[in-house]
Amino acid sequence: MYVAVKGGERAIDNAHAWLAEERRGDCSVPELSVAQIREQMKLAVNRVMAEGSLYDPDLAALAIKQARGDLIEAVFLMRAYRTTLPRLAGSVAIETGSMAVVRRISATYKDLPGGQILGPTFDYTHRLLDFALAAEGDVPAAPTAPATPGPVPHVTGFLNREGLIEDTQRCDTTPPDLTREPMELPTVRPLRLQALTRGDEGFVLGLAYSTQRGYGRTHAFVGELRIGWVGVEVEIPELGFAVEIAEIELTECETVNQFKGSKTEPPQFTRGYGLVFGQSERKAISMSLVDRALRWRELGEDNSGAPAQDEEFVLMHCDNIQATGFLEHIKLPHYVDFQSELELVRRLRSEAIVLTEAAE
Amino acid sequence: MITAALSGGFIDAPVQSARAFRAILEAMARPGTIHPVDGAAAPEPLSVAASVALLTLADGTTPVHLAGGANSALVRDWIAFHIGAPLVAAEAADFAVGTWQDLQPVTRFRIGQPDYPDRSATLIVEVDRLVNHGPALTGPGIALATWLSLPETEAFHANRALFPLGFDCLFTCANRLAGLPRSTKVEKL
Amino acid sequence: MPTPPPETRKAWISVLAKSPPARLAALLPRLPQHDLLRAPETGAVMVRGRVGGSGEPFNLGEMTVTRCSVRLVEGAVGHAWVQGRDTGHAIRAAVADALLQTDAAPEISRQVLQPLREEAAAVARARAEKAAATKVEFFTLVRGEDQ
Repeated sequence: MYVAVKGGERAIDNAHAWLAEERRGDCSVPELSVAQIREQMKLAVNRVMAEGSLYDPDLAALAIKQARGDLIEAVFLMRAYRTTLPRLAGSVAIETGSMAVVRRISATYKDLPGGQILGPTFDYTHRLLDFALAAEGDVPAAPTAPATPGPVPHVTGFLNREGLIEDTQRCDTTPPDLTREPMELPTVRPLRLQALTRGDEGFVLGLAYSTQRGYGRTHAFVGELRIGWVGVEVEIPELGFAVEIAEIELTECETVNQFKGSKTEPPQFTRGYGLVFGQSERKAISMSLVDRALRWRELGEDNSGAPAQDEEFVLMHCDNIQATGFLEHIKLPHYVDFQSELELVRRLRSEAIVLTEAAE
Repeated sequence: MITAALSGGFIDAPVQSARAFRAILEAMARPGTIHPVDGAAAPEPLSVAASVALLTLADGTTPVHLAGGANSALVRDWIAFHIGAPLVAAEAADFAVGTWQDLQPVTRFRIGQPDYPDRSATLIVEVDRLVNHGPALTGPGIALATWLSLPETEAFHANRALFPLGFDCLFTCANRLAGLPRSTKVEKL
Repeated sequence: MPTPPPETRKAWISVLAKSPPARLAALLPRLPQHDLLRAPETGAVMVRGRVGGSGEPFNLGEMTVTRCSVRLVEGAVGHAWVQGRDTGHAIRAAVADALLQTDAAPEISRQVLQPLREEAAAVARARAEKAAATKVEFFTLVRGEDQ
């Protein structure tokens, strides 16, 4: 029950003023600029863009600054801003096959055309704190090598040629959009992928890990993980043709999963798919594992009752803004609800006491 | 794209569309009341009021049906540039524009589903005459009764019988509009 | 001035859209007189991916885009859709698109498009060369029993 209560304006204003002061921190330390956050906290910026579902590095950096580094609060700010934007168009579906890759690895093939490109990765670092970073200084330029430009083929393409892996059906239908129409269950794969790509990284990671530990196991290999820049083409009505208006950075993961076959399908490998804004490889791998786990029905697999196989459980709980909104609302005044509970408990107690006394 | 289609949009979209939205809201909330609107002019044969209504209510996610004379190359380009709405057949439309005659049969339009009655069409009906004289309107948003120059009564009678399903109507004439939601009872005088 | 083929115009609109706003402003500092047919408008474009990289489309998320349409005094109409929220970038790109359809085209092409193209290629090349330096070269170790 909600009852309008007035008051507290002065306290709220003062709390916000203090928040602004705390956000700035010690004034003897130089202030962070939005550009510094964008350039030096890039993975945080990427996460805020992915979960905020809005690609705009400057806005994401501003949101992180405003949220004092609370990334879910920053995602909340991005989502709120997003709702103020008119939807101008939907892009032509991007071609990740033509990505200008900065990283591209496969855990299934050693010698694949195009090679294993490590890119700027944390892999093989020692995870020892580098105290040299505590001091400011210039970084030497990264080494270069002659490059042969051009797209690198998708790994699943090789398996496709032998018919060893399920094929995808290319089409150009307009996909359902959960930001426009309420989600109805059971859903379709495009809608699940939209929910997962903007879902909370921690939640999706936890679910993916649960499938590896046996709760809806899918025996996943990372067929390919690639990070790079992809052009975004938009059909422009006033021109009558499509134009590539931007290049955005994306992470794509495709898993190759064991599949025994079913009544209708011969044994072959199946696929899980992850695609996320920015450099977000943990999220992309997690997404592809959960995507694959959710496909049990269409592949004729058993439902083992695992959380990651439960579409409603996954899709209704993966959005951290919905989750935190509902969670945090319970800290706001519920005086009247509680008052009624209090009276109920008092009455039940007094009745119980009377009964006990009567029994004695 | 024909260059003439590039003009006739709002100059100051946030303010003008907010004013227009308010006028349309009032028109739908108080059926039969007539409201002036301005700020947009689609190519012929669309009226200023129909242009304003389309510009304010439709966007890239709301399919529009252009009926009869409204379906001209110039109007299609104008919608593509200013609104970006997909143009569709009557059965798939969120909004339909045309004269009452061109919109026939109106039973083609979406009336929503029991669990989503909002998934229905809004008809923007271009009329030559819009005055508070004609069939009697009663129902929500009307104190006792009012009158509006409707093109007929039978179709609105049938539409009211579908409630809570049904289509909604906006009547547009030059720079004025009036609303007739599905909840209004229409009776011949 | 004959109408340019769509492929040519498509290419230059893309170069202008993807240019860093500050660079475009430096290369095209003064704009000729123009009317705004569509004042700069910031909105979102829903970016779509494909299931499995090649299957049916799905909604990946939105990106900010600003669009603008202008008409020069002599009548040429220019359009722009650019990534981000920079209204100046959108106006400048639309004016450049219009100018490229007038007699000023050769000059704009040389002074604006050419440097933008070269700079974009240099950025892409630098990235590709750094990536190439991280390409793994495997050494196959010969096992004892195979000898």
